[in-house]
Formats: sequence, structure tokens, C-alpha cells
Amino acid sequence: MHSFGYRLNALLTFSVTILALMCAMASFSDNLNTPSPSVEIQIVNINWFQKQPRGNDEVSLTMNISADLQSLFTWNTKQVFVFVAAEYETPKNSLNQVSLWDAIIPAKEHAKFWMHTSNKYRFVDQGNNLRGKEFNLTLHWHVMPKTGKMFADKIVMSGYQLPEEYR
Amino acid sequence: MDWQGQKLAEQLMQIMLLVSGVVACATSYILGSFQMMVLIYAGGVVLTTLITVPNWPFFNRHALKWLDPSEAEKHPKPQQSVSSKKKPAKK
Repeated sequence: MHSFGYRLNALLTFSVTILALMCAMASFSDNLNTPSPSVEIQIVNINWFQKQPRGNDEVSLTMNISADLQSLFTWNTKQVFVFVAAEYETPKNSLNQVSLWDAIIPAKEHAKFWMHTSNKYRFVDQGNNLRGKEFNLTLHWHVMPKTGKMFADKIVMSGYQLPEEYR
Repeated sequence: MDWQGQKLAEQLMQIMLLVSGVVACATSYILGSFQMMVLIYAGGVVLTTLITVPNWPFFNRHALKWLDPSEAEKHPKPQQSVSSKKKPAKK
């Protein structure tokens, strides 16, 4: 502590150490938040449903998505990535996941929304298993914090069915 | 800066940084703003720098009292009589 440079060095080192501790505490405080998000997805219409020339089934559908994800946001949340996946079982694969729609929610103010949209990404099966198929729509989310650990979770909604015939 | 001043500067630096860190964490957790934490802490660091880094007069209130030169001559430094054995390279 005898010279200007020595004091400045000690101060900077100690202040950065404390900053790291504060970030660790901020990350830890995320565990105190118990989120209770809610989401509802209605399939309004099957726009078309056909077999591609290669033999894979493809569906286009229109959905109403209403979600309240505000409880996912804490003071340490940078943004939240959400995506809706169609999940179903085929004889070949026990779990097929097809991403239909996604979004990045940058702030808590935008976390409660209602949306009328057709699928953003193509709903194509590996094969032709989709006729009359029951499937789940799952909302997955990844919470990206400002510091610390990322969280991911999902809500599974079941009871959706595709039509028996191509249209 | 004298010895007491150095001790004071180090203790002040540590206490002020810790307090500003705790205050920043607590207020911004309550207000729910991460940016607030960074700003409060940055303010605390700048304030601590201004107080403890420059050589302020209040760090120099306990000047060392050196012996007077005339006093020192009465108590000469002990001479090393065996130094020639220890440094053969200098012969």
C-alpha cells in the first residue's frame, strides 16, 4: 500500500473479485424464482396435408398460441427462447420432434402474448406416418440469464390429431 | 503515506468495496434491475478509488520519528569482522 500504483492494483483486483461474487449471487438468486408459465395452443385449421413426391408426409396448419411466460423473467434474465414442437411416435422412432414455430422474447413486457400463425417451419415426417396420427404440441423454453446458468423446461399439451385423409 | 496510513487505506478499500457490493446487490434485487447493480457498484468503485488511491493528507498523520543524525553517531552500526570469509569471490 506504499505507492499509488500498488494501491490501484490492489483496489482493481479486489473490486473484480467482488464483482465475480456478485454475479455468482445473482445467478444463485434465480433458484429462488419458481416460474408458473401457462400456454394454450389451438389448431385452428389444417391448411393442407399431402404426400411429397419423395413419399414424406407434410402438413401445413394454423395455430392460435396464447402464452403467459412472465414468471420466467427475473432481474437476471437476458432473454427467453421459446419454440413449439410437434412430438409423436412412429414404429421406427419412439420420439419424433418437429419444430413448428419459435420466438425470442427480449423482455418481460413481451412475455404475455397471443398469436395467430401458421407453422413457421415445415412439418414434414420421415416417412408417411402422419395420417390420423395423434401428436403432442410441446412448448419448450430456454431462459438465458445475464450471468450464470441457463434453464430449460417445457409444457406438454396432448390430444391433437391429424386428419385421416390427405387434403 | 506512513505506516498507519497504509493500513488505514487498505482497510478502507476493502470495507468500502464490500459495502458497495452488498448495497448494490440488495437494492437491485429488490428493485429487480441488474443494470442498477452494475451502476451502483461502479459508483462505489470510483468513490473508493478517489478516497484510497491518492495520497491524501489524512494518511500522513503519523510520521515516523527518525533518530537525529548526531544521536545516531553515538550508537555506531555493528561492524562485520568476518565478512572476508563469506565472500571469497571478492578477493
